[in-house]
Amino acid sequence: MDIRTPIGLMFLIIGIILVFWGFISGPEIYSRSLNVNVNILWGLVLVAFGAVMSGLAWKAARKGN
Amino acid sequence: MHLVDYIILFVYLAFVLGIGWMLKRNMNSSEDFFLSGRSIPAWIAGLAFLSANLGAQELLGMAASGAKYGIMTSHFYWIGAVPAMVFVGIFMMPFYYGSKARSVPEYLKMRYDEKTRGFNAISFAVMTLFSSGISMYALAALFELLLGWNFNMSIFISAMIVLAYIFLGGLTSAIYNEVLQFFLIVMGFLPMVFLGLYDVGGWSGLVAKLDVVAAANGYAAGTWTNSWTHLQSAASNPMGVEWFGLVMGLGFVLSFGYWCTDFLVIQRAMAANSMTAARKTPLIAAVPKMLYPALVILPGMIAIALHYTLPGGFLPKLADGTINYNMTIPMMLYHYFPTGLLGLGMTALIASFMSGMAGNVTAFNTVWTYDIYQSYIRPGKTDNHYLWVGRFTTVVGIALSIITAYMATHFNNIMDMLQLVFAFVNAPLFATFMLGMFWKRATGHGAFIGLISGTLIAAVHHGLTMPADILNPGLHGGWLGTIVHTYPSEMAQNFWTAIYAWSGCFAITVIISLITKRNKSDEELKGLVYSLTGRAVEEGIVWYRRPALLGMLVLGGALILNIIFW
Repeated sequence: MDIRTPIGLMFLIIGIILVFWGFISGPEIYSRSLNVNVNILWGLVLVAFGAVMSGLAWKAARKGN
Repeated sequence: MHLVDYIILFVYLAFVLGIGWMLKRNMNSSEDFFLSGRSIPAWIAGLAFLSANLGAQELLGMAASGAKYGIMTSHFYWIGAVPAMVFVGIFMMPFYYGSKARSVPEYLKMRYDEKTRGFNAISFAVMTLFSSGISMYALAALFELLLGWNFNMSIFISAMIVLAYIFLGGLTSAIYNEVLQFFLIVMGFLPMVFLGLYDVGGWSGLVAKLDVVAAANGYAAGTWTNSWTHLQSAASNPMGVEWFGLVMGLGFVLSFGYWCTDFLVIQRAMAANSMTAARKTPLIAAVPKMLYPALVILPGMIAIALHYTLPGGFLPKLADGTINYNMTIPMMLYHYFPTGLLGLGMTALIASFMSGMAGNVTAFNTVWTYDIYQSYIRPGKTDNHYLWVGRFTTVVGIALSIITAYMATHFNNIMDMLQLVFAFVNAPLFATFMLGMFWKRATGHGAFIGLISGTLIAAVHHGLTMPADILNPGLHGGWLGTIVHTYPSEMAQNFWTAIYAWSGCFAITVIISLITKRNKSDEELKGLVYSLTGRAVEEGIVWYRRPALLGMLVLGGALILNIIFW
């Protein structure tokens, strides 16, 4: 098993959860994070990271076959 | 924590168990279980090497030190880790990996003799169990305090999860989860650093605020933000150390002793898929290691800056009115993270507790099965037998860790005392390895007597000295009745205990070796000692991918960081 597969998948899922939560949560919870909606922002970073990891694993698997 | 935070935690737990389940079918021999079948690529072994070292206690402790001492804490990384990591990769890995030893104690047996191995194997096995138990205790205690989780439930659930994934996937499971934990820590803590820096007005804002902290504590401006400038005397910095004690004690003895001989980290490199990969393992680990201060020390510096600027302070106080530095990371997470991101931060923290436990349990497994069970209890059984002993040992190891976790709740002093004893046992160890690898004349008797003497010297030195800020003799020193010397701080005392232990072990090993007969011939020491081993062949590897070059780049990087933050 390529470790990048579960890492990529896990960060994709967590990232999507954060972005989704960032959209439905009210603005009052963001006073902590200096009024920045960090859930959406950081969720997108996690999605991008997860996609890169999954992409690398997918590329390696294709090369292996 | 909100529902969404728990969902994130459960996603992580599902992946942890899933990885163990997926790896189950790869576990066909004892070498698969204990050494991942020596099949791990360099970058995975490297990240696991790093994560195995940076468990949750170190994480919380380093942030606490960042608040207490400022950027000087990075000496634990730039001086206290990187040079030793380069040394173990370039010079020592050829012997560890090349000798096909399956554990660090086994190397000692091949190089010296049975008694030296036995001493190291037994002390190491006991130490890993206690570390794993303390990890479990710390996790349960922290989350009881933060979130009101039931202490017993936390211990039980974390133990069961770690048990499940090691039982299924052995060392590979532990390594994969360490890599997962590495990325979780980076991804979970980075936003805290960004938000914190933004809040205090960037680096320059932080420097200005930390000058106020330094002044309030009676130190020169810049004490919290310069790593070397204030080291000329122990009185000019809050760590209470001077540069010589720091470089020799931390940078040489303690750091080389840990990174070059501790099986917990070395095991990750032994699992690598080739000699080159094994040598690169610590070098790859050194790159994130030298950048980690931004992730773990900087939050501490931000926290103490906030503590002195916010009305009413920022960090909680202990019962005696002093600042509770250990709460730095949890307070920072709570201060900056809204629900959602908070779940990610907490999950990262839980992940590092569990991987700390898992790392200790897998190292315990291997040493127990190969160095104690196979050597002294039941030699000559089939490989399948040892594979099952390894699995069974996982269960026993976890059970014993649970017991130590509960011991920690009831007898705090016993834990402190044990940690002190382990520090004595570890302090001289690097002298034994260095002489073993680079001096073929070192003998088994010399090594054994040197190790025991070094341990005793450490104990006696500690018993005869005291840190200045401790009043009563006891666990912090002076327990032998007379006080010969008073150190400006406990850290200085620890550094000097290590320096004395190492020098004593070195000298006594040399003397005893010279007056005893060699117990291993040149032929037997081939592949174990530098002068009797051919240089590592690196044909077919382009020059820019060779470990030596990587090692130089890493050292150069650490040097530049030291200069920037001088």
